[in-house]
Amino acid sequence: MLELDNVSAVRGATTIWSDGTFAVPSGSITGVIGPNGSGKTTLLLMILGLLRPGSGKITVFGQVPKRGNTRIGYVPQNYASIAGESIRARDLVLLGLTGATYGLRRTSREQHARVDQVLAEVGAGGFGDRRMSQLSGGQQQRVAIAQALVGNPRMLLLDEPLANLDVRNQQEIVDLLSRINTERGIDILLVVHDLNPLLSVLDGAIYLLDGHAHHDNVNEVVSEELLTHLYGTAIKVVRTPQGDLFTRSA
Amino acid sequence: MGIVAAGVQFQSNWLEILSSPFMRTAFIAGVLVAVASGLIGYFVIVRGSMFASHALAHIGFPGATGAALVGSSVFTGLVVFTVVGGVVIGLLGKKASDREIATGTVLAWATALGVLFASLASGNTSTVTNILFGNLLAIPSQQLVVFAIFLVVLAIVLLVIFRPLLFTSIDPEVAEAKGVNVKGLGIAFMILLALVVSMAVTVVGVLLIFALLVTPAAAALRFTARPGWVIFWSSVIGVASVAVGLVIAAMINLPPSFFIVTTVFVVWLVAAGLRRERALVRPTGGHPQHGDPVHEH
Repeated sequence: MLELDNVSAVRGATTIWSDGTFAVPSGSITGVIGPNGSGKTTLLLMILGLLRPGSGKITVFGQVPKRGNTRIGYVPQNYASIAGESIRARDLVLLGLTGATYGLRRTSREQHARVDQVLAEVGAGGFGDRRMSQLSGGQQQRVAIAQALVGNPRMLLLDEPLANLDVRNQQEIVDLLSRINTERGIDILLVVHDLNPLLSVLDGAIYLLDGHAHHDNVNEVVSEELLTHLYGTAIKVVRTPQGDLFTRSA
Repeated sequence: MGIVAAGVQFQSNWLEILSSPFMRTAFIAGVLVAVASGLIGYFVIVRGSMFASHALAHIGFPGATGAALVGSSVFTGLVVFTVVGGVVIGLLGKKASDREIATGTVLAWATALGVLFASLASGNTSTVTNILFGNLLAIPSQQLVVFAIFLVVLAIVLLVIFRPLLFTSIDPEVAEAKGVNVKGLGIAFMILLALVVSMAVTVVGVLLIFALLVTPAAAALRFTARPGWVIFWSSVIGVASVAVGLVIAAMINLPPSFFIVTTVFVVWLVAAGLRRERALVRPTGGHPQHGDPVHEH
């Protein structure tokens, strides 16, 4: 449950967006959309407590955000590109559980079991022992989601989880997120630059437009007028048997 | 016999040389340094701090030659300069890639400063050669206690910060969101690295530092990505290389650096070759999936 009350996002001396007043209902899947540089990642950082709002108040589950909130699982962008050769998928997931713990402590059998269980949950059970560099983009994304889930959060934040994935892998990740949302009953907030792959599962969207933040449920977001304004190029919504689809109109 | 042959002579009493007190000192020092390098090598690679470790050694160079110039301990000069350099690099910023130009520029200047100090301290060419290329046989026995203390401190601190350090090394954004002090750990790591670099310079020198600090861990990583095992095997590779280097040095009476570095190099080559073999014969686990990348090794 995320609430914003007259929030503005400020980086340095620049106000990126302001007048953010809305509530995202519990148990929903919400897309965060907006042009490049409109402050999508900034919103995530504020929810995580890594950045304070310039003004106004954010509450996550009724509390002001602070670092180390175990109720939030976070999957940043460009995951696992750095040290991919040097770590196995399962060790990466384990860090989600024990990575903030100082001191010498043996990983318990229970903790290992939880890692196995969450790897299986995201469909990564078959490649937990492989190095991250040996996995495809879709598989890496699953492992990253497993790491975020292993601490049993109540909200999942994902920054561009569909970037650099082909259409099939995008769909598989969307299906996975939808299943996690249903089975665990947790909120999912994800930054995307294309709503199309998500339209079938999305409950609502936060859109950052003209320096302001808004939230609407999905029916209102999928309008040609709003999307055209949002993307700065003419958008046409097409109704298909599989659901709505929007495209750039000629 | 030519000039070359005059320098290389098989010493039939090499076993006797090996059992001498100064060889024992050299071996113990080498083991302490190799284990310390093994402990930190995995983190150097995971954090992408290879260039930083190389730079630290160069930053230590004017510290060492400056100390020689004013007649104080070369090792103390090394430690002071590398630790200060490490803290500055740690404070500078987030990504190693953003710092490469700044680090490289400082590295070049520090090396020039080291050369200046070396020229001012005239008649000290063997000291400078030892700093640049290392000489395990020149380590005084009093040094062993200092090395042992450094190693114990390193081991204790690494054990305490192991998981958060690994977390921030691999995944700084998530670690920060989880409340881990990313910057503080970065500085702590650079200080530990500075201590190990200072030790390693005495064995393989400023210019060959990579061979002890990075290559053993890189070779170990060819076989395992489990942090504990990488650390164990890189320590073993380091210790074995020191031992082989000393034995050959005793046999033909030359400084051991070349033989130590060559042993590390050969182990690394063999590891690379074996890993490729294994990758070729290894059955693919599970079903091949659409979008699976080709195994790189």
